[in-house]
Formats: sequence, C-alpha cells, structure tokens
Amino acid sequence: MSVPSQDNAARTGIFARAIIYSALILFAIYYLLPLYVMLVNSLKPLDEIRQGNMLSLPQQWTFEPWRSAWSTAQIGVSPTGLKPYFLNSIMMVAPAVALSTILGALNGYVLTKWRFKGDNLVFGLMLLACFIPFQIVLIPSARILGILGLAGSIPGLILIHMVYGLGFTTLFFRNYYEAFPTELIRAAQIDGASFFQIFRRILLPSSGPIIVVTVIWQFTNIWNDFLFGSSFSSVDSIPITVALNNLVNSSTGVKEYNVHFAGAILAALPTLIVYIVSGRYFVRGLMAGAVKG
Amino acid sequence: MAMTTTAQTAAKNPRATLQDWLPKLVLAPSFALILLFVYGFILFTAVLSFTGSKLLPDFSAWVGFNNYVRLFNHPNWITSLKNLAIFSFLYIVICSVLGLGLAILLDQKIRGEGVLRPIYLYPMALSFIVTGVAWKWFLDPGIGLEHVMHLWGWESFSFRWIKDGKMAIYTIVIAAIWQSSGFVMAMFLAGLRGVDNEVIKAAQIDGASTITIYRRIIIPLMRPVFLSAFVVLAHLAIKSYDLVVAMTDGGPGTATWTPALFMQKFTFGRNEMGMGASSAIIMMIMIFSIIVPYLYSELGGGKKQ
Repeated sequence: MSVPSQDNAARTGIFARAIIYSALILFAIYYLLPLYVMLVNSLKPLDEIRQGNMLSLPQQWTFEPWRSAWSTAQIGVSPTGLKPYFLNSIMMVAPAVALSTILGALNGYVLTKWRFKGDNLVFGLMLLACFIPFQIVLIPSARILGILGLAGSIPGLILIHMVYGLGFTTLFFRNYYEAFPTELIRAAQIDGASFFQIFRRILLPSSGPIIVVTVIWQFTNIWNDFLFGSSFSSVDSIPITVALNNLVNSSTGVKEYNVHFAGAILAALPTLIVYIVSGRYFVRGLMAGAVKG
Repeated sequence: MAMTTTAQTAAKNPRATLQDWLPKLVLAPSFALILLFVYGFILFTAVLSFTGSKLLPDFSAWVGFNNYVRLFNHPNWITSLKNLAIFSFLYIVICSVLGLGLAILLDQKIRGEGVLRPIYLYPMALSFIVTGVAWKWFLDPGIGLEHVMHLWGWESFSFRWIKDGKMAIYTIVIAAIWQSSGFVMAMFLAGLRGVDNEVIKAAQIDGASTITIYRRIIIPLMRPVFLSAFVVLAHLAIKSYDLVVAMTDGGPGTATWTPALFMQKFTFGRNEMGMGASSAIIMMIMIFSIIVPYLYSELGGGKKQ
C-alpha cells in the first residue's frame, strides 16, 4: 500500500528518507556480513585468518581450502572431503522430493475435487503432522527402519523424508486446487473422463507454479535437514549437513577455519542457487507454509 | 467446500464402481503412512515414556509417571526449559519487531527494494548448520569479532559470550534472529501490501500524521500476521536443535541445552530412552498447545475469505 509515501513524500523530507535508506542499508550489511565472512576467509591461508582481520580481503588468495573441503578434508575417520556426502544428499533429496510432490498433488486433488465424508478430518490430521517435533518419532522410526532392513541407508532416509514431507505437500496442492474451477471437472466427468484423465489433462497442465513452489520447499527442507540425517545415517549414507558438522566440530587436529567456511558454502550452495534463481517461488512456499487455511 | 456434490455426480456415472473408490484408494497410502508414522509413533513414544527403557524399548518395565517426575527434577531439563523460555521470548519478540520495522521501512516506495528484499531473506534458504558455522566462528573470541576490534585498535573490547555459560544462549538467539527475521519481514510486507488504501486516504484527509496512521490503523490491522508469525516462530523455537548443535553443542557444559537437545542426548547418548521419550512428549504438548488452536481457528473459520 505504501500509503504515507505518496502524498507525504514531500512532507517526510530528504532527511527522513536519508535515515530510512541508511537503516535499510545497515540491515543489508548485517544480513550479508556472515556470508561475506565465510567467503573471504574461505579464500585465505590459515595463518592469515589467525593473525589477520576476519573482515579484510585476502592478501594472498588461495583456492586450496575449497579443494580441501571438497575432496581431501578429514571427515570422521576418512580424508574424503565433503564430496561423497554431497552426492549422498543428492541421491537422498531427488527421490524424496519427487515422491512427496507427486503424492501431495494427488492428495490435494482428492481432497478438493473428490470430497467425501470426513475429508476435513483426514486433511486436519495430515496438516497437524507438519508441526510435530520430530523428536517424538525418532525412536519408533529407528525401529521401523530396522524392521524394514533400511536402517542407516539412503532408501531409509528417503522414506522418512517422504513421509514427513507429505503434510506440507498435501497442504500446498490442496490450497491451490481449492481455487480451481470445479465446473471444469464436473463437465469433464459428464464427458466420461476418468479420475486420472481429469488429473492429467485438466489439473496438471495448470499446476506449474504450485509444483515449483512445492519442489523448492521440499528440496530446501530435505537438503538442509540435520536431525534425521544425524539419527538415521551410517558411514555411507551421511548427508552433507551432518558431514559439515562433523568437519567443523571434530575435536582432533588443527581447526582449519578456511576449510570450514569453504565447506559451509559448498553445503549451502544448492539451496542458495535455487533461492537466487527462483526466489519468488521460494517466498511463496514459505508464506503458504506459514499462512494456512 | 463447493464440491460436496461431486461424489453424488460420480455415483450416477454408469461405469463408476471403481471410479467411486479410486479417489479414496489414491489418498489411502499417504493417509496410512501418516497415521502410522505420525500418530502411531506418537502413541509408541507416549507408551515408552511410561517405561523404564534404557538402551532399547522395553515395554515390560512399567514405571508409571516416574520418568516425568525424574525429568522435572533433573537440572539439565530445568536448564533446557529456562533456555527455551529465554530463547523463544527474545527470538519471537525481536524477530517480530525487526520484521515489522523492516517491512514498514521497505514499504516507503524505496528505490532498490528488489535488491534489498532478497538480501534480507536469503538466510532462510540456508541450513541451520551453515548458519551455526558462520556465527560460531564470527563470534569466536580468538578469530572473530573480538579479534577484529582489537586489530582496529579497540584493545579493551571484549565479546566472549559464546564461551560464557551465562551468555552463550544469547549468541544462539543472535544467529537465529539473523536466520528468521527476513522471513517475518516478508510476512509483514505481504500484510502491509494488503491494507485497503481507502482507509488510509480517509485518515490522511482527517489530518492524521504518518506515525499516527501506522500506530492507530495499520499496525492493528496486522494482527493476523502477528499471530501467524508467532505460531511459526514459536514452533521453530521449540524444535530448535540444529543451530545449537552447530554453535555450541549444548556447551559450555550444559549451558545451552534445549529440550530437543535434551531428548537427543538422553535417548541416544545416555541410554535413558524412557526419559528421552517423556521429554519428547512434553515438547509435543508444548507445540500442540500452540498449533492446534491456531489450525482449528484457521480451518474452522476458514470461510472468512
């Protein structure tokens, strides 16, 4: 609405505007500072961090910390760098996102266009599932993964992420399809179109935006997850966030801050890129996750 | 709610028997998974919290409310609750104030809003572990802020909160606010952009000042946004785990334990599964007591456009 600005612009005066702009820029610096610190210090040799100023640019530029963080740094017992864990995360995220998005779309379709008695209760129970503290399911989840023979494996993590993402993906698609004109679906039904035909030919072609929102939301959440990753992974299924934490908080050896920073940026890169490329959809997902109904 | 008639329409369809069941069949696997993995598991944990399970679940060792009694007599749990109180209060209040403030400033027909907004919001795309690493070293007295100030000639500057048991929890607050306040700003900005211009024009004609318009008209209109922000932030606060692990891992000592950390350490570190389960139940009760009324009002009163 930006109301007062238009008419009051003259009244507000140059002085006030200067203050507003300085405040906004100051906050921009505050938000950028940690990223800047990580970036410049990931390009310095270790000595320069210890003796030099954390906020100054590198005097001696080096990509060695990045190389080390990616492929040679000691993580746990083996000097593999973050690379294998990065790949673990990709192999975990892709199927988990795809499965939870497809199921969420179908659920949203059923819950809005094929309503039945008790559908609101079903939706309510699925929605509430979004907010449980995951600590409450850790112990039985570990058990069931063991029973299914998926303990400590990537498929096990995929299953867990898919299930606990269903609430949100269903919510997203339900809210989106709610606004879709029901007359179209009824008309198609009279024409003899089947359940899946209606979904594929009528709803899906106009679902582009909500699919993007859902995929981004799920990708960000699962990529950034730490709790499930640290609880249910074993040596060869550790995701990137857990590996990064192991790298940074291992108690042995010299603290290679520059490698830690490079590793942190590597771990953040995929979600940052998604955010930069499609920030609009990212924000829409956040909002949809926050403002229900 | 417009679609209640669809089921009947479908029933009249001649080749409808399978078509009738298909929607429910499609929904069933997801719903079954949620019932088992969420509600079944909650029940499992609830029962477990009444047993003396140690390393593994043991349902024969029934101890009644003993775990809960031990929990609330345990200094680490009390510390965790105190930290949660400090953390969530500061986190919610400062994020809301900062978010609203930034949104109002950004809403003044600012040139470059398109550049500033994404800068405020990008931390939300990061993992708490990444945020934790950045702030852990930035606030580290050895190489971070304190060191920088000394190099700049402010020799007496001291900032060692992260190493100080009394203050360490506040460093986690700082990092958490950095991560979430931009998101709250986006929520308020959306709210501000939704305010009806007519109302404000009328107030301006009546001679109300900008500050009065904000204080008396616009901010009161933001009530629903405050509520949403509160719910989102409160539930994030109660779940806070990753950030603590990355920044302090609960230290120094047990100074920055939170309920989520307590659950993890007791269940998997100290083999006190019964107590771990009871702490998880308390966490769930805390979250549900905020979320359930909120969802109920949002869904129940959902027809209020």
